[in-house]
Amino acid sequence: MTVLDTDIRPEGPSRFVAFWQRYRRNRAAMLGLGLFVIVVIMALTAGLVAPGDPLARAADPLTPPFTNSSVPLGTDQLGRDILAGIFYGARISLLIGVIATLISIAIGVLIGALAGYFGGWVDDVLMRITEAFQTIPNFVLLLTLVAIMGSKIEWITLAIGIVSWTAPARMVRAEFMSLRGREFVDAARNLGVSNGAIIFREILPNAMPPVVVYASVIMALAILLESALAFLGLGDPNYASWGNMIGQGRAVLRTAWYCAAIPGIAIVLTVLSFSLLGEGLNDALNPRQKK
Amino acid sequence: MTEAILDIRDLRIALPKGSDRPYALDGLSLSVASGEIVCLVGESGSGKSLTAGAVMRLLPEPSVRVSGGSIQFEGDDLLSFSETAMRDIRGNRISMIFQEPMTALNPQKTVGWQIDEVLRLHMKASRAERRAHALEMLDRVHIPDPPSAYNAYPHQISGGQRQRVMIAMALSLSPRLIIADEPTTALDVTTQLQILKLIRELQREDGAGVLFITHDFGVVAEIADKVVVLRQGEVVEQGPADEVLNNPQHPYTRTLIASVPDLKPPVPKPVSDPPVVLSARGLKKTFGARGGLLSGKRRAVTAVKDLSFKLHRGETLGVVGESGSGKTTVSRIVTRLLDADQGAVELDGKDLLACSPRELRAMRKHIQMVFQDPMASLNPRKRVVDLIAQGPIVHGVPPERAREKARKLLEMVELSPAAADRFPHEFSGGQRQRIGIARALALEPRVIVADEPVSALDVSVQAQVLQLLADLRDRLDLSLLFVTHDLRVAAQLCDRIMVMQKGEVVEAGPTADVFANPQHPYTRNLLSSIPGKDWTPPVRGIDAA
Amino acid sequence: MPLPIPPILSYALRRLIQSIPVVILIMIGTFLLLKLAPGDTVDALVGDMGGADAAFIERLRAEYGLDQPVWVQLWRYMVKLASFDFGWSFVYEQPVATVLLDRLGNTLLLMATSLSLAFTIGVALGAIAARRVYSLTDNVISTLGLIFYATPSFFLSLMMMLVFSVKLGWLPVGGIKTIAGFYTGWDHVLDVARHLVMPTAALSLIYLSFYLRLMRASVLEVADLDYVRTAKAKGAGEARLMFHHIMRNALLPVVTLLGLQFSTVLGGSVVVETIFTLPGLGQLAYQSVVQRDMNTLMGIIFLCAIIVVIVNFVTDLLYARLDSRIELK
Repeated sequence: MTVLDTDIRPEGPSRFVAFWQRYRRNRAAMLGLGLFVIVVIMALTAGLVAPGDPLARAADPLTPPFTNSSVPLGTDQLGRDILAGIFYGARISLLIGVIATLISIAIGVLIGALAGYFGGWVDDVLMRITEAFQTIPNFVLLLTLVAIMGSKIEWITLAIGIVSWTAPARMVRAEFMSLRGREFVDAARNLGVSNGAIIFREILPNAMPPVVVYASVIMALAILLESALAFLGLGDPNYASWGNMIGQGRAVLRTAWYCAAIPGIAIVLTVLSFSLLGEGLNDALNPRQKK
Repeated sequence: MTEAILDIRDLRIALPKGSDRPYALDGLSLSVASGEIVCLVGESGSGKSLTAGAVMRLLPEPSVRVSGGSIQFEGDDLLSFSETAMRDIRGNRISMIFQEPMTALNPQKTVGWQIDEVLRLHMKASRAERRAHALEMLDRVHIPDPPSAYNAYPHQISGGQRQRVMIAMALSLSPRLIIADEPTTALDVTTQLQILKLIRELQREDGAGVLFITHDFGVVAEIADKVVVLRQGEVVEQGPADEVLNNPQHPYTRTLIASVPDLKPPVPKPVSDPPVVLSARGLKKTFGARGGLLSGKRRAVTAVKDLSFKLHRGETLGVVGESGSGKTTVSRIVTRLLDADQGAVELDGKDLLACSPRELRAMRKHIQMVFQDPMASLNPRKRVVDLIAQGPIVHGVPPERAREKARKLLEMVELSPAAADRFPHEFSGGQRQRIGIARALALEPRVIVADEPVSALDVSVQAQVLQLLADLRDRLDLSLLFVTHDLRVAAQLCDRIMVMQKGEVVEAGPTADVFANPQHPYTRNLLSSIPGKDWTPPVRGIDAA
Repeated sequence: MPLPIPPILSYALRRLIQSIPVVILIMIGTFLLLKLAPGDTVDALVGDMGGADAAFIERLRAEYGLDQPVWVQLWRYMVKLASFDFGWSFVYEQPVATVLLDRLGNTLLLMATSLSLAFTIGVALGAIAARRVYSLTDNVISTLGLIFYATPSFFLSLMMMLVFSVKLGWLPVGGIKTIAGFYTGWDHVLDVARHLVMPTAALSLIYLSFYLRLMRASVLEVADLDYVRTAKAKGAGEARLMFHHIMRNALLPVVTLLGLQFSTVLGGSVVVETIFTLPGLGQLAYQSVVQRDMNTLMGIIFLCAIIVVIVNFVTDLLYARLDSRIELK
């Protein structure tokens, strides 16, 4: 009858397998993943499904959906294929979403990590700057940046990244402030590990899970921001974009509402997929929350 | 034999699928008579707290639910009651005291409001009558100045006071049964004794039955009439307190009781004069003095004032004190995780506190630390072998050699080599603390500073980790600075102790001398507050550790 | 002996002082944006006049201080902003401040109605969903929340317009009041209200989902806390738990979000005001971008920022009132 403490438990499933098992149990999260995969496939196969320029005339203007098999979802007032627009639009939405998210997360992690780890005046200065950014309505700032830099797709992506970094910065800061007081950080300092290594090798990996979850939120917001810009006619005119399609559809809303409704549904489903994905990731990464 | 107020028969509580066992409790039977204190004792995970939840009918259903047995309260079957009927009973005829006084009170309501709530819920009385009753209750739990406590918010009073408020709340309607779930675990030892006395006193006056849940045999010895020992949801032994404590029958109970550190300090080592390894002079640290125009002024707190000590080779020096005594600050200043305002820490003839960052990094390998929380002190994203090898690698040992050595160290702390490639979350608390010790040893330090290294562990595990520390100290001729709040632990391991209060050392000397003949009133108070001090655990047939 | 100041006042004063650096940073930021923008005031002026000779342009530059070192220009700019002088709008041929003031009322009205609707309904639905977690009610509420969250405001606006104005003809397509309606008194109020229904609905439905989701999570978290268990052990029923113990603590993060979100909602008004041709600051921002009216645009940014700072200040005070743990001293 010994209570020996040194017997090691048998090895459990690897981290990733355990994570996937938890994720899979959540039906909403699986729906999100499914939608996400569909959007990715659409973006990848746009060239195969609709070869040629999606902005060129494909059939008679304002062909309703499901009436002409060469343009299954119909055409807009300029005779452009709506299906092709949806596929190419997925490409632009994802591209802008991913890159803008990376930009904003990179800025946010850097600022949040420095502010949260060092605290004191570093934190004061960085947080005042963050607050100032947060005080300016992000869409107004985005409009201004686009007005200054122009409507090229690269600039738009950069501008979306610039207006979205404050929330991740605050989050990373909060994570760092809570993690830097943990004993494992003291333990690393006690071993003589340098500040840089503590920030990037000890704390950052532990701060990443919520950042990854939040990335899905920024991704959704970035897609919404891009589509709003394009809707207002301030997007890059050289690319098919869902927002732009809705903006054009507005002119024929009375007679051909599907021109606006179809790309609108595409946006809703895409953003929805990121939200579901994010919630699923969050639940799977924080198994303590009861279900 | 008086009539049983609470009678639990064959209680079984089912856990959700995928838990480590199907039932949290399996076949628990116990009874509590009026005027009786029954202690339900067990280590973490034994299911003791869920028993309280079942009696109060506050289990997180449906995932955790009663799946068999009966709970009779004054002859009625509690399990058959409707939620409305239960609401009339809770707080009125059965009341509960919880573990964490910090979080068990609503932070947004005044103390008075929260006591008044019980009265409002169960008693028809005017506002003035209720207020008078609440003030009387505050007085009965010996809170100084009840009217001002009545208007205070929980964050404005101390932890001990808050627990008194909880007790006032629980006892204000003279319940027949009081369930106390580890009510003193979060408190300092002197406060703990006061609260235990208070519970006993008030319970005697009202003649209520008490179901007292705890993990601490010292507390059991202090308060129990009857004892029920739980292991993994099953009762292994029950009987009168005297019987169970002094003549335990079940091997598990014997192991648990044998693990309770004895209050007899070790025999002082034969007088030799080993060289001083570490010496601290005039340490001083004040917190929160700063605060400029923008952040508002905070009151400065002096954590450590003018503290000096010497640590000899092969010696263990205990730093003992209650929360707020500054003992943890000392451990952080000595390892320079925290910068002192004044003073010097000499190691190897060099002042650690005056080192440049570069010198400091080199010096760190001579003084290593074992932390309190085995969960938080290991980076969850690193494998065990990398955790242990990290120190040597930082100090220039080739990674391959460092890892090889890490595997050897695992053996030294009695873990299997298979542990090397696992992540910290796969280990139990005691195992993690062993990994923490291996990490500290990896740099071959001269001094190890241990900050409450066993306070987060169950008592049986605690004994094994303490044993390991003592063995390693003797084998490697280490010097140990051992910070603890637990005098039993200090008695077991330390050659000398210094007792701290409010940032100052009030008494220091060989452990045996201090225990046998305490000079300072505070030390005397501390020693007399140790729960179960008059009970000497029977030493017999230890078959663990 | 210092003067006895009520703690809430000294707290308020401290918060005000804390927002000064933020306002200064915003001033510097708008100045930088102006400098980054192609063309300056003189270019705009000259363009407005239809061209001028080089010597005259030089003189104008000197007059506007554009020949001074950058930091002198910055200082002058900040002094002007501090007195709410945003320069001249060459599009509207008016001082920018006048243009902004004309539009401010409509935007504030839209903000006030949408935010109060979004907040109250969002908080209520979030609380209901959390107390019946994983039930059908919760599922319906949460799903609706997710869908509104995923819907771009312009798309929602268009679809509402299609249904309620084009198909059903119940509500006006845009504007703030019926042109040539010349309503007075109650009729005027009703007329404005009818025009505000759809813009308000479009803005509030989307932000409602934010509050709903946060409130649901917050109530779930608070309901798990020890002191709620204490209240249950005292015999408190569901309504008492909710209103006396859970609600106030659960509201704290939502109030914080209300402050943080305000600037986002202001940004959202750009699209909604543009679609419903509501003459407010948002619509003006869009028009200024299209017409390259940088002075007006900077004026909007600065004014919006000031409004956000004020709103944050108010929510901070609200928070301090709600949370008894905050030491006001």
